[in-house]
Amino acid sequence: MLRFKTKADKWIDGIIYTVLAVFGLMTLFPLYYVVVMSLTPYSEVLRNGGFVLLPTALTLDAFETILSSRVVPRAFQVTVFVALAGTLLNLTVTTLLAYPLSKKFIPGRNAVLLALVFTMLFSGGLIPLYLVVRATGLTNTLWALIVPGLVSTFNLLIMKTYFENLPAEVEEAAKVDGCGDVQTLVRIVLPLSAPIMATLGLFYGVNHWNAYFPGIMYLRDKSLYPLQVVLRNMIQTPNISQELAVNNPLLVQTLPPETIKMAAVVVAIVPVMVIYPFLQRYFIRGMLLGSIKG
Amino acid sequence: MQARTAWKPSRSAAGGAWRSALRAAVRYRWFYLMMIPGLLYYLIYHYLPMAGLIIAFQNYSLRGGIFGSEWVGFKNFETIFSTPEFYRLMRNTLVISVYRILFNMLPDVLLALLLNEIRIAWFKRTIQTVTYGPYFLSWVIVYGLTVAFLAQESGVVNHYIREWGGTPINFLASSEWFRPILILTDIWKNTGYGAIIYLAALATINPELYEAAVVDGAGRWRQMWHITLPGLRDVFILLLILRIGHILDAGFDQVYIFLNSRVYNVGDIIDTWVFRRGLEELEFSVAAATNLFKSVIGFVLVIGANKLAKKMTGSGIW
Repeated sequence: MLRFKTKADKWIDGIIYTVLAVFGLMTLFPLYYVVVMSLTPYSEVLRNGGFVLLPTALTLDAFETILSSRVVPRAFQVTVFVALAGTLLNLTVTTLLAYPLSKKFIPGRNAVLLALVFTMLFSGGLIPLYLVVRATGLTNTLWALIVPGLVSTFNLLIMKTYFENLPAEVEEAAKVDGCGDVQTLVRIVLPLSAPIMATLGLFYGVNHWNAYFPGIMYLRDKSLYPLQVVLRNMIQTPNISQELAVNNPLLVQTLPPETIKMAAVVVAIVPVMVIYPFLQRYFIRGMLLGSIKG
Repeated sequence: MQARTAWKPSRSAAGGAWRSALRAAVRYRWFYLMMIPGLLYYLIYHYLPMAGLIIAFQNYSLRGGIFGSEWVGFKNFETIFSTPEFYRLMRNTLVISVYRILFNMLPDVLLALLLNEIRIAWFKRTIQTVTYGPYFLSWVIVYGLTVAFLAQESGVVNHYIREWGGTPINFLASSEWFRPILILTDIWKNTGYGAIIYLAALATINPELYEAAVVDGAGRWRQMWHITLPGLRDVFILLLILRIGHILDAGFDQVYIFLNSRVYNVGDIIDTWVFRRGLEELEFSVAAATNLFKSVIGFVLVIGANKLAKKMTGSGIW
């Protein structure tokens, strides 16, 4: 073995770069392909026997159809509402619990922490949870999409660790200046916690955006269905174009169901893509924070 | 030290303990008040469901409720263990979990190792950004993409199968293809994410080790074998053990969304069955009994796995 790059080394480098490039392209291709599918006019699909990689003409018919239908915009609204209101509530309750738990001097802290961590190891499972959600009157309301997942223990522990690592002197100075515990939290600690709030806000927000099960478990009223539930139902419905484009029979003939389905998939992907740069930046940091044990 | 909880000192405690607890409660009242919403949440939506598992020993009906339903002892468990379906569920759950351990953990390591060899910063960054992205997409979206590729009529793959004179395959309803599809889509969605933790571990390896190895004449392979891989060993074992602890989960989110009745024989897992039996057929008690069985085994496995992790790597998950 030599110290300098041998010919074999260069070959290996070439192979590594190629493998990674191929994996990258394989990751991107499905996303590219659904976008193309959602934009390609039917005439062109037919001409090419069902598979178009580089369309010569584009049409927004599918997007017009789903956006003028009632189902998708309503589901979009529901999900945006749940994601915003839910994340706000998640962060509020998580902060209010994490802050006292970050104070090692508070009697009872260890017992509470133990009780919370235990929920990560043992759970009642789906059925008893469903019965509790039903008994607390949340079924068939949007609260059912927010309240049962109000605090994620994992996120709580990350936030607690973050608070513990804040310099104690700052808070002590605030106390000397006559700030109460609540004032210290609001005026001193929160302004120092922007990075962790952004990280956990994104954690919670993406989870709300992608949530599927609360929707099918707790909701009967279809007008409350969140985006992911509507999306899966659309993918499962064979003649979706007829259902959505009832007002425009002409369009039904020119719009194959696949085009509409993929347009709906694209509608669900775009918001995630828009916040992806933030996600990438904060998620990695959050994951590394999470690996620090509190 | 005030080890006791502030609001409930034990009865045998002396008056002094009472007083100091009371003093703490007054002194830290704002802290305790802040915790109330969160604690109520845990009490109602985590601990109440645990208590609710007692319906596993009842013949629960919505009308009767917990207090009005008939007690049946272990009958529900007998029902579960005597159905041949149960063994199919166990087998599917274990097989899918083991597949995930075998075929999803290695790509994570491999991607991290390959990225670690890259010296061109922009290339590394680009590949990471691209491969990490799908982690944030929901399983419903991934299901949509899968349909775009594998649907019998309109899917790309069947388009080519037809073009080359073959018979189209209904992949998503095929017993042979269902599990591979689960695994492949999982690789597509989560490998970029999985690699991050290994990359973080690689970043902590002291570069002097490599320099010393080069001086000693170690080539690429020897460096990987003697420095890089040992650097990943602990993280790998930890994640492996964590996965073994969750072996009865098998990825409910994904499986439920991809599942259809034609592939129950290979794809129906404990959780999907509980979901259908409980929430669609309203057999709450049988479903809850299965839940309880699974939660207890899962708990034992996680605790055991953590012990094992501590023994093997010197540090556990907690």
